[in-house]
Amino acid sequence: MEFFPASFSIFYQFGNAFAFLVISCAGLAVIFGMMGIINLAHGEFIMCGAYVTASTARAGLPLPLAIACGALTAALVGMVLERTVIRHLYHRPLDSIIATWGISLIATQAVLILLGPSMSGTGTPLGSTLVGERSYSIYRLVLFASAVGLLGGLYLLFYRTRFGVIARATIQRPEMARALGVDTRRVYGLTFGLGAGLAGLAGGLYAPTMTMVPTMGATFIVESFVTVVVGGADIFLGAAPAAAILAVIKAALTAWYGQLFGQIGLLVAVIVVIRVMPGGLSAFIKRWQR
Amino acid sequence: MNPIELPDASEAPARRGLKLWLSRLEGPQTMGRGPAFWAVVVLAVLAALSYPAFANDYVVGNAAYFFVWTFMAMGLGVVWGYCGALSFGQTAFFGLAGYAYGVITINIGSAFGATWLALLLAVALGGVFALLIGYFMFYGRIKGVFVGIVTLSVTLVLETFMAQTAGPQWRIGDARLNGFNGMSGMPPLTVPWPGGDIMLYSGTALYYVLLGMVVLCYLGLRMLLNAPFGNVLVAIRENPERAEMLGYDIRLYQMLAFGLGGALAGLSGALYTAWGQYITPSSMGLTAAALPIVWVAVGGRRDITATLLGCLLVIAGFQSLTIYGSQYALVVMGALLVFTVLVTPDGLVFTAINRMGRLFKRVRR
Repeated sequence: MEFFPASFSIFYQFGNAFAFLVISCAGLAVIFGMMGIINLAHGEFIMCGAYVTASTARAGLPLPLAIACGALTAALVGMVLERTVIRHLYHRPLDSIIATWGISLIATQAVLILLGPSMSGTGTPLGSTLVGERSYSIYRLVLFASAVGLLGGLYLLFYRTRFGVIARATIQRPEMARALGVDTRRVYGLTFGLGAGLAGLAGGLYAPTMTMVPTMGATFIVESFVTVVVGGADIFLGAAPAAAILAVIKAALTAWYGQLFGQIGLLVAVIVVIRVMPGGLSAFIKRWQR
Repeated sequence: MNPIELPDASEAPARRGLKLWLSRLEGPQTMGRGPAFWAVVVLAVLAALSYPAFANDYVVGNAAYFFVWTFMAMGLGVVWGYCGALSFGQTAFFGLAGYAYGVITINIGSAFGATWLALLLAVALGGVFALLIGYFMFYGRIKGVFVGIVTLSVTLVLETFMAQTAGPQWRIGDARLNGFNGMSGMPPLTVPWPGGDIMLYSGTALYYVLLGMVVLCYLGLRMLLNAPFGNVLVAIRENPERAEMLGYDIRLYQMLAFGLGGALAGLSGALYTAWGQYITPSSMGLTAAALPIVWVAVGGRRDITATLLGCLLVIAGFQSLTIYGSQYALVVMGALLVFTVLVTPDGLVFTAINRMGRLFKRVRR
């Protein structure tokens, strides 16, 4: 057996798991890292993005535009929810979990009632390619590239733009930011919208590869939680390396023991990591840097 | 938020043993005191006792089903409301004890009251597992939202694991675990009786047994929560650092409270399995895990009476909604949850009782 196809197969498995973890956790990580709120309705924002993407794509829009539509819709819904519900719960993090859980129950069931138990999706585009004697989906490779691109884009947004600077200032010292004239409520609203939009983007990107059911958010939410909790509050120092490590664990366990043990391995990993380093990877790395 | 009232030291030394514990039936950590309150309690119990005389067997069996869940709700009330640790994973202990009851009874049968031994073992297993998880979390200084994440992960791990136990190799003794379809065929609770054991299938007899257990559990928790143990739990909820500075090992107290909550959830689980003679992995899933939170949040987590009443009310309401379609019932549940958190953060029943209490006092004055 040649070396290249074998190593490509391993890279493909890893890249697939890594892309899934990064893309699905980005929105959650932004909202948790920036606002300290665990958004249990994250999966429903993903579902929203996926549904909008699938329906606009079937109406004839090219896929990239349809994905953008999905992300925008989710962002708008997120901003409305922030204005009506989340805003009142910033000082009660436990209550915000419960409220977002309530929202997720409502959203899942409402979609089930209004749109039925399933919706026809769009096929996976771009076909597949042959490496060695096995074929690989090109779209999965595109997803890996998008995950890397997403991390880069978020880095630019938070470290190279005015919005990013103001947002980080608001997170680190809210009172000081307010004293300097920053409208912190607006920043929180925009940040929540950004998080929801990223969730919608995740839904849009994965819409062509999944069946559209109202509970599809649940398939994302466990993985994204695990990544965010293992990563801790910082996306770049935490969630990205956490996604890489977890992707190795998941890809290895899935390859050797099957998908179920891949998932169980992830959940056990989160329990162990929380016990060993409560602040997540990012706190660990920051302490180590000092 | 109630300020912490320490029990008056001057009256304590006079009472010992049983009398001391009975005096703890009322105290700073539980609502309701005085003859009027206890008269209402006795009336409520009497009404519950005479209920089977007026209702048909099906409705009574249904009421027994409501009672099954109250233990898990009261346990969560202690862990979340009194100790301040929001656990999303009570269903893990529920499911574990439910499966344990099934495995044990299928293997040892139901003769000579063995089902009660199985119930006891199942509850102990739930409690020990909760102590283990509690040790893991609280001695690791995990707090706040992370307690919720860990417990949710635990229950989801158990669900995923049990869901794949479909093959014939997954058996414990004679008990097949049966994967996603769940386990069935275990005997119900059985009372050994001369001239034929009494099988407690869903119905009037089971109703009375469960009612007795609910009352005992409620009164026992009242005593425990007004004892020093309960006072320390509330102190930890209000300010963990202060409680620690006062010399309490808060990790130990949190772990014990979590173990108690786990044992109570386990009691619910084992009783549920005995009630319906089946248990499935979905009893540990995401939707199932949401339900105890809904009952306790809507009822009121800061008081065991409010938790009990709220749990019964919400389950009854939920069931009557389900008649119109369970998907609508879940929407209403979600809306109720959001409404409660936004408008009455202390819980609907708790707020209502408080308002009524204040009104009553004003009238008396």
